[in-house]
Amino acid sequence: MKVVIMGCGRVGAWLAGLLDADGHSVTILDTDAYSFRRLPPKFGGTALIGNGINEEVLKKAGIEEADAFVAVTQGDNRNVMAAQIAKHIFNVPKVICRIYDPLRQELYSTLGLETISPTTIFAQILKEKLES
Amino acid sequence: MYIIVVGGGRLGYYLTKALLDEGHEVLIIEKNATICENIVGEMGSVCVRGDGCEASTLAEVGTGRADMLIAVTGDDEDNLVACQVAKHKFNVPRTAARIRNPKNETIFKKLGIDVTVSSTNIILERIEEEVPTHPLTHLLTIRDKGLEIVQVKIPPESTAVGKTIKELSLPPGSTLSLIIRKEHKPIIPKANTILQAEDQIIAVTTPESEEALRATLRGA
Repeated sequence: MKVVIMGCGRVGAWLAGLLDADGHSVTILDTDAYSFRRLPPKFGGTALIGNGINEEVLKKAGIEEADAFVAVTQGDNRNVMAAQIAKHIFNVPKVICRIYDPLRQELYSTLGLETISPTTIFAQILKEKLES
Repeated sequence: MYIIVVGGGRLGYYLTKALLDEGHEVLIIEKNATICENIVGEMGSVCVRGDGCEASTLAEVGTGRADMLIAVTGDDEDNLVACQVAKHKFNVPRTAARIRNPKNETIFKKLGIDVTVSSTNIILERIEEEVPTHPLTHLLTIRDKGLEIVQVKIPPESTAVGKTIKELSLPPGSTLSLIIRKEHKPIIPKANTILQAEDQIIAVTTPESEEALRATLRGA
């Protein structure tokens, strides 16, 4: 599977490492080259500097042939915009988008975007741990 | 009309002033406390501090009864999300977004934003107009019809000078609508109207035919 990941933070870099180790073809995007230090030393994929809300950058990252796109930058709105470009402009079959704000996450999932809110998930886990 | 403006920067500030002058009810949503205070100090309680992309902020300012939301922050992605939340969560009938990257115009259209204004494009066009040799000026784009209205000035050396409109082979989809001639009333061009040097032509064309139209009228 060919995957494009936008955002090389802890989650993006970790995911890139996992997918790469499983033999998937991974391209990871970040606006700051310094972020790529988080990638594992054995990472065999492509690290590309650029902003994923820019169509040209996405094309360069191979979005047109990608099977999946994941948006995990720090900015909810950036993730939402990039994910919608991937889904509606480039017709990427699988698009997943991180949205911290639970209300925005709810809205965009009703609009048909596959979204994850780490805020609600983590709060729920903490609650369960506390109550067990 | 009740209009919500997201972003209280220079654009939001002057836009709000203009809309208030026209008698609209206007409210600015601005993240920065200092900017917010300054606006309130000057214009009264027309600014609320908050994130215009957050549904809770939008609910607080009564977005449900807004007739229009205009997002003019400096970030395209924030403007997109503010408009989408307003439209889909609060059913605001009309949303408008400022965009910085001209390429986002088509993306925003596709994602359901009613109006986009590319500040970069507008500034570029205005500056281009001031370049004396600039051959063709965009006046207006009619996006849903794929048409544009342009202005072309006929230079004295143009091969079009002295020819009738009939004799020019205008590219498909292009019509000359008006001729503005020195010391004259504007002329509605007819097939036998003869073009003169220094005529200002207002024409309707398509983005594809624009270059051919320019070549025909400026012809060298």
